Amino acid sequence: MKFFINLGANTLNRLEMFGRATFMLFGAIIAKPQPLKMIPLTIKQIHIVGVQSLLIIVISGLFIGMVMALQGYTILVDYGAEGSLGPMVALSLLRELGPVVTALLFAGRAGSALTAEIGLMKATEQLSSLEMMAVDPLRRVIAPRLWAGIISMPMLALIFSAVGILGGHLVGVDWLGVDSGSYWSIMQSTVDWNKDVVNGIIKTIVFAFVITWIATFKGYDSIPTSEGISKATTETVVFSSLAVLGLDFILTALMFGIE
Amino acid sequence: MKSRKSELLVGVFVALTIAAGLMLALNVANQSMSNSEDTYILYAKFDNIGGLKVRSAVKVGGVTVGRVDNITLNNSDFTPLVTMSISSEFNQFPETSSVSILTSGLLGEQYVGFQPGFAIDGIENLAEGDYIEDTKSALVLEDLIGQFLFSSNDG
Repeated sequence: MKFFINLGANTLNRLEMFGRATFMLFGAIIAKPQPLKMIPLTIKQIHIVGVQSLLIIVISGLFIGMVMALQGYTILVDYGAEGSLGPMVALSLLRELGPVVTALLFAGRAGSALTAEIGLMKATEQLSSLEMMAVDPLRRVIAPRLWAGIISMPMLALIFSAVGILGGHLVGVDWLGVDSGSYWSIMQSTVDWNKDVVNGIIKTIVFAFVITWIATFKGYDSIPTSEGISKATTETVVFSSLAVLGLDFILTALMFGIE
Repeated sequence: MKSRKSELLVGVFVALTIAAGLMLALNVANQSMSNSEDTYILYAKFDNIGGLKVRSAVKVGGVTVGRVDNITLNNSDFTPLVTMSISSEFNQFPETSSVSILTSGLLGEQYVGFQPGFAIDGIENLAEGDYIEDTKSALVLEDLIGQFLFSSNDG
């Protein structure tokens, strides 16, 4: 009996939370957008969310590309197929690693910061004082952050993939001696713009939306105590990482699974 | 002044993204032959298409002139029917041309090799919707081995 009561209460709580999250999203993005006021605020947030994540994205992209070239080379060279190193690195970066690793890093680097910032604003009653001054915190605080996340994460993922391919070139061509011409030309003949690059970008847009939505909502909905903020921050990273990995499977199955 | 600096950095960020996108577009991906480009359709029947796939290249002497659009099985005589879209730039192939399914490299992917025939008077050029009569199927390794065993038994 108690089990069912708990189950029901849990389900209702979750549904209610989802409802609150959707309300927040509507209030922030759809209801009465004011682009003129929004753009400067959004640019400032892109600086915080996107530009400041650039370093970690570039470095991890470089190293992931380098490691993949190294690992791929040791296997491919046995078959005399080291010319296929280029497409291997490029396809795995563009289709999977670029979107997913960027999303995970972004959740850890920017998502947690968003949650903590908004949570602290709530705890110190800055959001309430904004409302007192007849400023809608959803539009003033949440919306620019949402847009900044949705805009900057696909950009970060593109940079990640490009840097990773250059890193693969660095190890494969400059160090291990794969022919530079075949690295690029076989890559070019294998990678398709619409199928690989554009699908990867669509993935990152979905991930960006989910991560920033979770991050801003967890902050906005956090219990305004120091413990509540720490819990909300943890939940942001955990939930958005799980959501990204789950969605990645679904999107991959939809995009590449059925030919 | 503070916002000036962040605007500058965001500008640099956007420029980096555009550079990355350009690099991916120009260096990494091949622009698929877009639909807006003029193409015409040719058909060819093969006995066996081996590992040919939709979007495989159609090459004349190594130069890609088109792509495989569709592969179906003809229901009346059970032979594979390959639909190829060829760029309209190359519309001077005579009707005596032949196609064969070739493999690039030992383990590479398969493509359609297109051998233009002789252009003699009275022979028209291939046009939209024509069938190419002279086709050679893909080499299937098992068949080759079978033939080899058969012929070595004779000797």
